[in-house]
Amino acid sequence: MSEFFDAFTGANLGYLMDGLGITVGVSVISVVLSLIIGSIIGIILFEKLPYFSSLVGTLNNIVRNLPLLLIIFFTYFALPQFGVHLPIFWATVVAMTGFQSAMLAEIVRGGLEAVDRGQFEGARANGLSNMQTMIHIVLPQAYKKMIPPIISQLISLVKDTSLASGIVLAELTYRGQIVYAQNSNYIVPVLLFMTIVYFLLNYGLSLIAKWFDRRLA
Amino acid sequence: MTLLDHYFSVFLQGFGHTLLASLYALVGSLILGTFFAIMQVTTSKVARAIGNIYVQVFRNIPLLIITLFFYLAVAKVIKMTGFTAGTIALTLYTSAFIAESVRAGILSIEAGQMEGARANGLNFWQAMRVIVLPQAFRVAIPSLGNQFINLVKNSSILAFVGGLDLMYQGNLVAANSFDTFTTYIIVGAFYLIITLPLSYYIQYLEGQLKKKA
Repeated sequence: MSEFFDAFTGANLGYLMDGLGITVGVSVISVVLSLIIGSIIGIILFEKLPYFSSLVGTLNNIVRNLPLLLIIFFTYFALPQFGVHLPIFWATVVAMTGFQSAMLAEIVRGGLEAVDRGQFEGARANGLSNMQTMIHIVLPQAYKKMIPPIISQLISLVKDTSLASGIVLAELTYRGQIVYAQNSNYIVPVLLFMTIVYFLLNYGLSLIAKWFDRRLA
Repeated sequence: MTLLDHYFSVFLQGFGHTLLASLYALVGSLILGTFFAIMQVTTSKVARAIGNIYVQVFRNIPLLIITLFFYLAVAKVIKMTGFTAGTIALTLYTSAFIAESVRAGILSIEAGQMEGARANGLNFWQAMRVIVLPQAFRVAIPSLGNQFINLVKNSSILAFVGGLDLMYQGNLVAANSFDTFTTYIIVGAFYLIITLPLSYYIQYLEGQLKKKA
């Protein structure tokens, strides 16, 4: 049993936890950026502008239905063909943001559709412009309902960051692979350790989502 | 397009493996997922706890970790290829999400259905199989469809363990041809052949359900 814990020297543990920092960093930056971009796309989808909305909707569906791994590889390996060289960290953020924006756009559209029509009409009747109605009246109500699904997107982001180990981003999963490459006896302990770390982080997030769900219901 | 011509058989082989892994994992995770969904709605506290732990664990850890576990640790004891290891991991991971969808479906069916069936002499499993599940699945179809789309996309995880799938073959072609851009566009198109029609069909189904409601 003592062998089991051999893998967790201070150096290895620190190295792994730094990886967790990168995992969380990528996830948080991506979720904030994709919340902004996803909201813009979501509003465009909701407004049903002639031609433009259906064009954006089609592009959105295409991105949503591709594997994230493909989008990550595309961003890192294919974009340099056009002179766009991104460092690994930012390539991951760009790929994740692109993918999550498409996911969140659908959530935002759904949230907007759930807001009662009377809210629009009332605000317009009180002299607010379309833009003001959106920003001050409709979006705040829509976001409140969207908190739980947004948190579950954050959970998938944390999990999906592990895919970036494929382009050698030094996040938690990649660092785990480095640690157990030292000694094959480390494989099981390190995988278990990563399982526990990911689980605690994501399960904690899911409890927060549940709490909001109950409070908003 | 000469690239597509030149490597067509490679892409097709990858497409076949992706389709095969997705179908195996779909069947496996439907069975497992339904089983754990039923466990979560039984009256036994132990069964509910087991079902709950299973779902929470597999929902909250990355698919890649599960895949590596089977490929590096389990495969040492029981010999298996990367394709098998990846497909097993896909099945377990997806089954947790399917369990959630099916459970939501079961809970949306009136309790009176179960009570009526039991009062008519069916036991719990019979009532579940003949009365409750058929109705629950009808409700759960859109969300199950979304899980299947995710499953097809997630099957790209096989590329990490030499699973010969579309993503894996795409990486080979990219390394061989140096035209990464065109290669990944073609790989993406192959994935969209499966996922895009499904996604539009689900949107249509959801629209139908909303109209009924």
